[in-house]
Amino acid sequence: MSLRSYIVARVLLTIPMILLLLTMVFLIIRVMPGDPADLHFEKRVDPEILAEFKHRLGLDKPLPVQYVDYLAGLLSGNLGSSMQDFSPVGQQIFSAFPATLELAIYSAAFAIIVGVLLGVRASRSYNSIPDHSIRMFGIVSYAIPVFFLGEVLIIVFGIYLGWFPTGLRFNPRIEAPQGLQLGGWRLATGLYTVDSLLEGSLTKFAESLRYLSLPVLALGTVLCGIFIRMTRSNMLETLRLDFVTSARARGIKERAVVYAYALRNAFLPILTMMGLQFAALLAGAVLTETTFSWPGLGRYLVTRITFRDYTAIQGAVVFYGVIVALVSLVVDILYAYLDPRIRF
Amino acid sequence: MAGGEHRGRIVVQVLPRIASLRKRGLAGWTTLAGSVIVASIFVMTLAAPWISPHDPTAIGLGKPPHPSPPSADFPMGTNHLGMDMLSRIFWGGSTMLQVAVISVIVCLVVGVPIALLASYSGGILDKATSLVMDSIYAFPGLVLAIAIAAMLGPGVVNMALSIGVVYIPSYFRVVRSQVLSIKELPYVEAARTIGARDRSILFRYILPNVVPSVVVIATINFADAILTAAGLTFVGLGISVGTPDWGWDLTWGRQYLTTGSWWIIAFPGLMIVLLALGFTLLGEGLSELLNPRLEE
Repeated sequence: MSLRSYIVARVLLTIPMILLLLTMVFLIIRVMPGDPADLHFEKRVDPEILAEFKHRLGLDKPLPVQYVDYLAGLLSGNLGSSMQDFSPVGQQIFSAFPATLELAIYSAAFAIIVGVLLGVRASRSYNSIPDHSIRMFGIVSYAIPVFFLGEVLIIVFGIYLGWFPTGLRFNPRIEAPQGLQLGGWRLATGLYTVDSLLEGSLTKFAESLRYLSLPVLALGTVLCGIFIRMTRSNMLETLRLDFVTSARARGIKERAVVYAYALRNAFLPILTMMGLQFAALLAGAVLTETTFSWPGLGRYLVTRITFRDYTAIQGAVVFYGVIVALVSLVVDILYAYLDPRIRF
Repeated sequence: MAGGEHRGRIVVQVLPRIASLRKRGLAGWTTLAGSVIVASIFVMTLAAPWISPHDPTAIGLGKPPHPSPPSADFPMGTNHLGMDMLSRIFWGGSTMLQVAVISVIVCLVVGVPIALLASYSGGILDKATSLVMDSIYAFPGLVLAIAIAAMLGPGVVNMALSIGVVYIPSYFRVVRSQVLSIKELPYVEAARTIGARDRSILFRYILPNVVPSVVVIATINFADAILTAAGLTFVGLGISVGTPDWGWDLTWGRQYLTTGSWWIIAFPGLMIVLLALGFTLLGEGLSELLNPRLEE
């Protein structure tokens, strides 16, 4: 199969997956016990108000009509209106997502760098004390609830030592990074570290990094265990292969053999792992954002649970699902490009 | 089809290995450490009514101000309502263990049979089921569990159901990949040649060979279920206020962090870590003992 037809096949497979996912979310919200509108008003409410409320949100239509409306809305980027204030859910989600994305990017980078380095280190001293301690660290880090780790970091580095802020995304006393401004035209990514650089303000860049540190440390640590394990077992296999022995025999420095020769070959499975871990990363971000009052999509979702805002919950869940499906699509294509065997 | 037979097989497969755990190096030690941790927490939770010094829900214990740090009378301190943290630790694992056990049972009862049937019969059924399972599997687990739990409302069974749904695909994938390779083996073909019925091939010939992998995935899944249960509690979808629960203490203790009351969250948090760690170690060890081919 050529790369092009692989991509076509993979994209075609993504469509039913996303459709299935959208249907599942729709059914969870509508068909499971408890009508969303009734649940929204915890206490008894005037039936007229309830009817008006349902009508305004389109919840009084027959289920199949609601389903078609829902899908049609999604196609035009409309995720419905919030039960709380009838504002468009889509806009709220799009404005919250960059915060989540920034947290996710830095946490993934942290987890991958730390995980791969520790994994390589462990594989180089197989079955010795460093190997065992690194493996143990990987297992323990996996067993820690990310919000507990976050709370511990808040106590130690935020409250006791006072080195880092304990919450929020940016210093409330400074104007948030605006991005590049040229006349009336503005280029902003919503990622504060990038926007502050575009704006040319190193103070703001440092400030956004300071606010990122604890959340990234918490989420990155929890995620790095899987990369340690993955790298370690792949490196153990690769280091035993003939081409590594021959590289050593040619007198190439051990460091170069390990990092330039072996790690390069062990990297493909790690790439797949990144794709698979993206879902775990977003799930972890929900809890991390709640712990650090980080104004991202996860915190949005959690606040909406308290308001019993089911349209917002549905919108956020759908958005998560689509993002994950698209990322796994990209990772698979990248993988097929790097390793042609996959396509067959 | 007697369930006892399969249970018998699991015991037969696991028991002789436990006796020689110490001879099996690191995997043996890992399994042993995991079992000890898990068993101790189970025993502690069961014994809570007899060993806890106070009623875990009694408020206003000891001298104000609350929360008060660990002292001789209250070794783990008291929380903001003046509840004894030590008693809450003894009692607090119960909800989480119940949720985890029920959710694993849900996965076993739903996921394993679906996987067996779909992958054995193959064709369109297998493709369709795989597509559904892959869609759920690709989803951020906690987010899906949140959506389901938010609709079902609080309660042990509801939490367990929402967690169960999320993890069924993990069981499905493991069982399916095993069945796909096992059903091509000569002994299955032989059984078919002598006229064994499909049902009997599936349950008597294939299922027993799938059991070790199911045991491993279930054990590892316990850890995931516990962490997800803690996460659901953290976002406010846990059990109501009256029940002592580590997840609840960890969630509500956050408000008192700024006053430096570390003990309110430290002990419940460590218990959750320990419990999840116990199951992870047990799963890791079992996976190496039962499927020695996976790791060298």
